[in-house]
Amino acid sequence: MADIITTPHISGHADHHDVDYLHDGKGLKSWLTTVDHKRIGVMYLWSILFMFFLGGVFAMMIRLELLTPKETIMSAETYNKVFTLHGAIMVFLFIIPSVPAALANFVLPLMLGAKDVAFPKLNLFSWYIYMAGAFIAVAAMVTGGVDTGWTFYTPYSTTTDGSVALMTFAAFVLGFSSILTGVNFVATIHKLRAPGMGWFDMPLFCWGIYATALIQVLATPVLAITLLLLIMERTFGIGIFDPKLGGDPVLFQHFFWFYSHPAVYIMILPGMAIISEIIPTFSQKTIFGYRAIAFSSVAIALVSFIVWGHHMFTSGQSQLASAIFSFITFFVAVPSAIKTFNWIVTMYKGSVAFNAPMLYALSFLLLFGIGGLTGIFLGAVSVDIHLHDTYFVVAHFHYVMMGSTVIAFLGGLHYWWPKMFGRMYSEPAARVACALVFIGFNATFLPQFVLGSRGMPRRYYNYLPEFQALHQASTVGSWILGLGFLIMAGYLFASLRKKMDAPANPWHSRTLEWQTSSPPITHNFHEIPAVGGGPYDYYRPVGNGRNA
Amino acid sequence: MSNTTHDVAEHRFRQHHFATAEQQLDTSKIGMWLFLATEILMFGGLFVGFGLMQGVYPEAWVAGHHHLDRVLGAVNTVFLLCSSFTMVMAVHYASTDQKSKTVMNLGLTLGFAFAFLVIKYFEYSHKFHDGLLPGRYFNLAAVGGPPQIGIILISWIMVRANRGDFSSAYYTPVDLIGLYWHLVDLIWIYLFPLLYLVS
Amino acid sequence: MDSIRHWMLGPQGSAYANDVDVLYMFLVWLSVFFFALIVFLTVYFAWKYRRRKEGVLTPNISHNLALELLWSIIPLIIVMGIFFWGFNDYVRASVAPNDAIEIHVTAKKWLWAFEYPDGTRTIGNLHVPVNRPVKLILTSEDVLHDFYIPSMRQKTDVIPGRFVDLTFTPTVAGKHQVFCAEYCGKSHSDMMANLYVDSPEVYEKWLVEGDEELKTMPPVEVGKLVYENKGCNSCHSIDGSKNTGPSFKGLYGRVEKFTDGTSITVDDNYITESINNPQAKIVAGYEPVMPTFQGLLRIPEMRGIIAYIKELK
Repeated sequence: MADIITTPHISGHADHHDVDYLHDGKGLKSWLTTVDHKRIGVMYLWSILFMFFLGGVFAMMIRLELLTPKETIMSAETYNKVFTLHGAIMVFLFIIPSVPAALANFVLPLMLGAKDVAFPKLNLFSWYIYMAGAFIAVAAMVTGGVDTGWTFYTPYSTTTDGSVALMTFAAFVLGFSSILTGVNFVATIHKLRAPGMGWFDMPLFCWGIYATALIQVLATPVLAITLLLLIMERTFGIGIFDPKLGGDPVLFQHFFWFYSHPAVYIMILPGMAIISEIIPTFSQKTIFGYRAIAFSSVAIALVSFIVWGHHMFTSGQSQLASAIFSFITFFVAVPSAIKTFNWIVTMYKGSVAFNAPMLYALSFLLLFGIGGLTGIFLGAVSVDIHLHDTYFVVAHFHYVMMGSTVIAFLGGLHYWWPKMFGRMYSEPAARVACALVFIGFNATFLPQFVLGSRGMPRRYYNYLPEFQALHQASTVGSWILGLGFLIMAGYLFASLRKKMDAPANPWHSRTLEWQTSSPPITHNFHEIPAVGGGPYDYYRPVGNGRNA
Repeated sequence: MSNTTHDVAEHRFRQHHFATAEQQLDTSKIGMWLFLATEILMFGGLFVGFGLMQGVYPEAWVAGHHHLDRVLGAVNTVFLLCSSFTMVMAVHYASTDQKSKTVMNLGLTLGFAFAFLVIKYFEYSHKFHDGLLPGRYFNLAAVGGPPQIGIILISWIMVRANRGDFSSAYYTPVDLIGLYWHLVDLIWIYLFPLLYLVS
Repeated sequence: MDSIRHWMLGPQGSAYANDVDVLYMFLVWLSVFFFALIVFLTVYFAWKYRRRKEGVLTPNISHNLALELLWSIIPLIIVMGIFFWGFNDYVRASVAPNDAIEIHVTAKKWLWAFEYPDGTRTIGNLHVPVNRPVKLILTSEDVLHDFYIPSMRQKTDVIPGRFVDLTFTPTVAGKHQVFCAEYCGKSHSDMMANLYVDSPEVYEKWLVEGDEELKTMPPVEVGKLVYENKGCNSCHSIDGSKNTGPSFKGLYGRVEKFTDGTSITVDDNYITESINNPQAKIVAGYEPVMPTFQGLLRIPEMRGIIAYIKELK
């Protein structure tokens, strides 16, 4: 914020909490019973990183298996379970909670100048629900596994063996965690902004999280009820989705994508939100087109509710439906284009530094470019009919989910790491890891576009010999990617063993979370900040009364 | 905030991260409304399923609705409407520092809620041998859960009201649980014509 | 240019495939252009305005309405054009002409069965004449499948309890690949079929006589073809490994124990019965999941598969 006008203490207590949040209370119990949004954010962070590791191991197994046609390291049944678990873990247990529940939990109240989120106990409760969901998912894996694909399409999912009911129940439970987090953030943003901070004085990250939280609140209940109906069909045999019982299998797809398409934006919007912070900070420049970026987030959130049918062009839905869904889908291109060009132009006449977070942001611009442009192929109905359920789709959504969201998450992790843990990581190592991740990612997924357009269907254990060369290129790419992540884990853990050395504001940012110590004190700020001016006023000298 | 009760209430129930009790109440209300929105969307999904099932098996639905007693259904509707009214009164008295009337109205609300469940119970124990018809599931999903949760919550605020926790400065829980109870009522009012009056 | 197209999209089997490819390649070049623009601007700005000195103030360029409208409206116009282009092609391709040959397709785990207008039935091989529209009417007996012919750029989900259709007019004779493109379980990736586009004379002759090579080939070779083309290979291995069904390796002459406690030495009769009426005897340790092949194998084919199994010692 431009200037923090010092205000006297409003609250009568809290002065005894001047220690940083990491040292305010010792032992496991002090963590498990905490209501501090920062500690809850950190607990989420470790939980989702563990899940990311697990999902990543499954991904490496998939790529290794596809090194050769037929059996390489596992049987077809195992392969089907492995790709299902990879998808389910990455979507429900990693990407959806990654930015909102872990990073935003930590930084959102700080950015708003609040002492905590609106409902701190509910926040902790959400984490416990998440852990319960994770536990149920793991139970489903060890008690027979699931081989339906993460989409749980009926009637396969209602007739196959394995712990499908348990796994869907896990997704159901995780949905509630997501809903409660969304409720918490919407209320926080509405009511807990620092005195003087209007809606358009919020950092854009908050706008992105706000749009995300709205989708979480409005779309997740439909998934919950869908999964509940699926469980009812499996356990009681009532016919809702299985035609043998008089149900309609395509209805499931409508229900499922009514949630899961907005869920794609639950994943990408927070990623965009992070990029909107990193680029101005490392360019030391006012964001270009603040309102356009803010409104385009909300526009994407709204449009996301009426495009689900573009997952179903081959499902036998009517031509009219396909026409409408295709038409609306193309509108998503517009806010995406606005954001991309606004981010790029933000660097114009800036002072651009190439620290690790900025390298991730620049990678994001390129990878999101590819992800977005290949989305246009899939929006065009005639081309989509050819590409649907091929590796082209696999490559496309990995560019969006991993190339964009996960890359942005990593950017955010590197950006806020000093704030979260009070330590700087090794910058050279971080740059090397970022380069490896970027190269490895492209080597893994670029060949898959060609595989797909040449007709290689997804979820194939065995494949024709003519596809082998591209599959092998992809597998080798996954090793480079894996190496990048190993290096990253190495230097991040190494930084935690050091003494605290991070300055309060290592990147010279103007947003509020950097105007308190690293790591922050338990109640975030010594004095409740009052705000005048915008979050990206890099054209003005640093104001008085700031500790940056 | 002139009188002392206010200040005491402020001090006792305002959480540290809110600047004022008013901000806290507003925030809680936003949270509750969002939560109610998710509930409505969930039941919305259920009703879509319901509508489609009705299209697929019209005979089963008609047969199902013959098994339901319209009179009992109507009585139950009246009970729930009354309980919503007493809930509104409880919120009103809580906000105007009238403790005994608050407790009494909460008690009445509980009474109506129990009467509703008792009638439901008899309906089911009487009819269950007829076999499970599809509507039963939807009925169960809608009335097996929310009212029971509501009863537990109302009992809890009744104990607190009796203890003297609430005043015009702080009655958020009564307000929020009141909102929740109205939702339970609303779902039933939607369900009653769907299950009992279709033909 | 054409070699890039061929590398990306593989062979074309119909005029419609070319229409799809034209749009696809247009999108490729459009994407290359915009991607190059993004890369250029990103790298150019990042490098040109790289940080040379710490702590400088930068100009306050908050927005520029004209520019922002420019990069909203241009993409909007382009994508609207793409919408009409893609949708138009799709609608045109989904209308079957009146003279189309109607072939019924039934999908089940994990094979494709075809039934021709004259009653001929095949599994795993679909024969159609060149240059005549074909209308496939598809349904599934179990879960969702998806009939995908990459060279025709066409696919459709195959839904149990429903009939959907798929239309194409092959213009290139020869063998084309068919995949199942909707995940359907264990042998999903082996659920393939061959589409043979023949000249009209060859097609008519085939309808009457069946596959030409059957007559001249040694029975074991025929059996091997049957094994691969009729879907036996999705459940029965030839290397002794356990799959959905018992392995064919060493099967002939083996004593098989059944779920009802009886047993039998495998001979020609047992194999014939297992193919025509698979549920009659279920080998212990396996599920009764094999569909019947009654009427689907011509006599030389039945003889061939028995000879083939005999060979697998």
